[in-house]
Amino acid sequence: MKQSKRTPLALAILSFVGLWLWLTAPTQVTTIQTTTDTDIFALPSFGVAASLIAAVAYAILLVTTAVSAWWVIKLNHKTPRWVVLTFGIALVLTILVDLFAGKTMPITSLLQGSLALAVPLIFGSLAGVLSERVGIVNIAIDSQLLAGAFVSAFVASISDNLYAGLLGAVIAGALVSWVLAVFSIKYIVDQIIVGVVLNVLIVGLTNFLFSTLLVSDIAAFNQPPRFEKILVPLLGQIPVIGPVLFNQTLIVYLMYLAVAGVFIALFKTRWGLRVRAVGEYPKAADTVGIKVFQTRYISVMIGGALAGLGGSFFTLGQVGAFGKEMTNGAGYIALAALIFGRWNPIYAALAALLFGFAQNLQYGLAIIGSDVPSEFLLMLPYALTVVAVAGLVGKVTGPAAAGKAYIKS
Amino acid sequence: MKLELRGITKRFGAMTANDNVNLVAQGGQIHCLLGENGAGKSTLMNVLYGLYQADGGDILLDDRVVKFSGPGDAMAAGIGMVHQHFMLIPVFTVAENVILGHEPTKFGGLLDLESARAKVREVSARFGFELDPDAIVGDLAVGVQQRVEIIKALIGDAKVLVFDEPTAVLTPQETDELMQIMKQLREQGTAIVFITHKLREVKEVADKITVIRLGKIVGEADPSSSANELASMMVGRAVDLDVEKAPAKPGSATFKVAGLSAWNHAGTKVLDDINLEIHQGEILVIAGVQGNGQTELTEAIIGMHGKTHGSIELNGQQLIGKNVKQVLDLGVGFVPEDRTEDGLVAEFTIAENLMLDRSDRKPFAKGISLQLDVLKKFAEEKLKQFDIRAQGISSKASELSGGNQQKVVLARELSRELSLLVASQPTRGLDVGSIEFVHEQIVATRDRGVPVLIVATELDEATQLGDRIAVMYRGKIVGIVPSDTPRSVLGQMMAGISS
Repeated sequence: MKQSKRTPLALAILSFVGLWLWLTAPTQVTTIQTTTDTDIFALPSFGVAASLIAAVAYAILLVTTAVSAWWVIKLNHKTPRWVVLTFGIALVLTILVDLFAGKTMPITSLLQGSLALAVPLIFGSLAGVLSERVGIVNIAIDSQLLAGAFVSAFVASISDNLYAGLLGAVIAGALVSWVLAVFSIKYIVDQIIVGVVLNVLIVGLTNFLFSTLLVSDIAAFNQPPRFEKILVPLLGQIPVIGPVLFNQTLIVYLMYLAVAGVFIALFKTRWGLRVRAVGEYPKAADTVGIKVFQTRYISVMIGGALAGLGGSFFTLGQVGAFGKEMTNGAGYIALAALIFGRWNPIYAALAALLFGFAQNLQYGLAIIGSDVPSEFLLMLPYALTVVAVAGLVGKVTGPAAAGKAYIKS
Repeated sequence: MKLELRGITKRFGAMTANDNVNLVAQGGQIHCLLGENGAGKSTLMNVLYGLYQADGGDILLDDRVVKFSGPGDAMAAGIGMVHQHFMLIPVFTVAENVILGHEPTKFGGLLDLESARAKVREVSARFGFELDPDAIVGDLAVGVQQRVEIIKALIGDAKVLVFDEPTAVLTPQETDELMQIMKQLREQGTAIVFITHKLREVKEVADKITVIRLGKIVGEADPSSSANELASMMVGRAVDLDVEKAPAKPGSATFKVAGLSAWNHAGTKVLDDINLEIHQGEILVIAGVQGNGQTELTEAIIGMHGKTHGSIELNGQQLIGKNVKQVLDLGVGFVPEDRTEDGLVAEFTIAENLMLDRSDRKPFAKGISLQLDVLKKFAEEKLKQFDIRAQGISSKASELSGGNQQKVVLARELSRELSLLVASQPTRGLDVGSIEFVHEQIVATRDRGVPVLIVATELDEATQLGDRIAVMYRGKIVGIVPSDTPRSVLGQMMAGISS
């Protein structure tokens, strides 16, 4: 069978972006700042000319495109992932250096901000993975995040205990996903419709409780304590990535565990094999004695619990108080990340990081006063998603039974 | 092990699917359960396998009553099942499919895939299957997938193995191999229950035959009984399985396909340089295992397939480039393979379905209004002519049995002036009585001088109905041969080996 030429074609078209960047690259120097105060040894900041980087990057783009074309046309193989990855990194780097020309680019703080924005996205996409892998489409990720955010702020405030807040968030997320599960599994309602209804319902409910309850006594109801950052010894002192990854709050460390945990559970354990079987072909699972409904409830609710935990990051990990509709549609972006990441927890987490990075870039540029309109940058990750899903990722197929109710005869 | 079903009764609402059924299967025997589609064979086996709960009766293993609340219990008791529609996860590997439901684990609940692979290798070596435990099931040929299904049943140490219509999807060669496997299992002492409606297979392997009709056991038969005797028991009246038809008197070739190729959405070639001609008054049967391009060929003729290249000529008119309506207006009658999906609108009445393709023209329409009285008269006439058993012309199509639904489709397609009839698996899932009727209608159409193209997946139907047989394999025509070509040659052609 002949390999599709989509990947090399997509790369070739994107290379023109690189060419344009090179031709229009400013000659000013971009200063790249990598240090923070916690490093063991400080790397000096250094400057590079944007035009030079753009030229080198364009050469990389051309080479990787050629490699991809050669691989597909001559060897009749799929383009290896590292080729696409190299291409992507080169392109993103050029755009970055270009945007920050003549200014200082604080890499570490850029990445720190990205991770902070990505944390709820990652939890949300894990919820989606667990739910869709077992055959229930989860459009309601946003409502699970929002419920987690609200309940964690409220519970932590009245109990003055962060861990009680976390527990509340977990239960809230699991409860919302339980509603999704009951309607999808027991009452066989269209899963997309239940999801949308839940999203609207939880927005309405939290808004109502916010204006009637939380506002009535902010000090008692909406002033939770916040998690302090914990610096991991040694790891946290690695230049650049140390402060990004290992000087974080408890919720972020839980996130690392969750990504690894979901991956291992899904692909290395008996439970995961059964979850995936139910999501692909529930009847086949049923005929070997697997309890389809029970498996679906459990997996969806574990997902909901994780999303609730992700919601608590908005309040207990970041802002410190609940605000109306504070997830800002993060659940939908998590959904995109999960599809971009092909229903794999690790890839989904990486996709969520990419989205977080793009979102954060917009703030970073606003601070230095770039002349690129921020709306344009805000659009970039989604435009990239469309291109990526259409061309780079290849044919994306999710679990075969996702969205379909299983009716036992 | 001895399996006994005693007085099993299963009802669905008012319908009794199994009525006081008794059956005994012994170890080291192949016990055939013979019956038509809808006779209650699969229901009975689903009761045995714990998928359904019986309303009455007992299941006994070695004379002890057992109760199964789910398939897990049945498996644990040593009952294995090879399902008609394979219960395999296409994206899983062979090993993963085989262990699903009773997975070996190592420390910490982690899957022990290594021991799973070893087990697959061991069992498949025992039967000479040569299965790769790491192959993705969806990539395997259907016959090989069935072996995975068999291993899946055997690995749980099944003492009773149920095969539910196992040959429906196999080539003749694969069927022969399956028969060998069944005999081999019998040697090893397994009790085999073989559910089928194919008489040839029954006669080849059965030690004992039980015939079931309309949910009741009608008796036991001897494997030495003739095919017509068995069929008569199955249907409940004397039947003649042979298609009555006079030799064809072919006229000129009015339907010609030349260099036809087609591609699916993914860009894969599904038809590869098809060349064929059909004469007036001749039936050409396209034989082959399902999924080798037959559906695409009929779709291309009718104007339903997207990307095609080549030429399809009917009476000198080029069909490629024409839409479905234009093609039908040239006098092409089309009986699709899935009548409930493509042949009928289930929620429409019989009358409405009978004029679906003509609702915009005379005599059914005048201006913008339908001529309901004309339709009523037309529908009542067709109901009688085609012996459609229904309460009346206002019954919904969904309320009819499969055979009567097919009669509605045929009545519609045959009630206009035809220059070509295309029928895809016209007797699929029909009872013997309806099959006879459909065959008669098709032969009568031929004898009116219409070229007829039939897609058949069962060799018996192909050789009996066809005047010539074209065998398709992977989108290509392997060869076009006379209908008296030996089965073995046709079987080889169906596996892609040209004669």
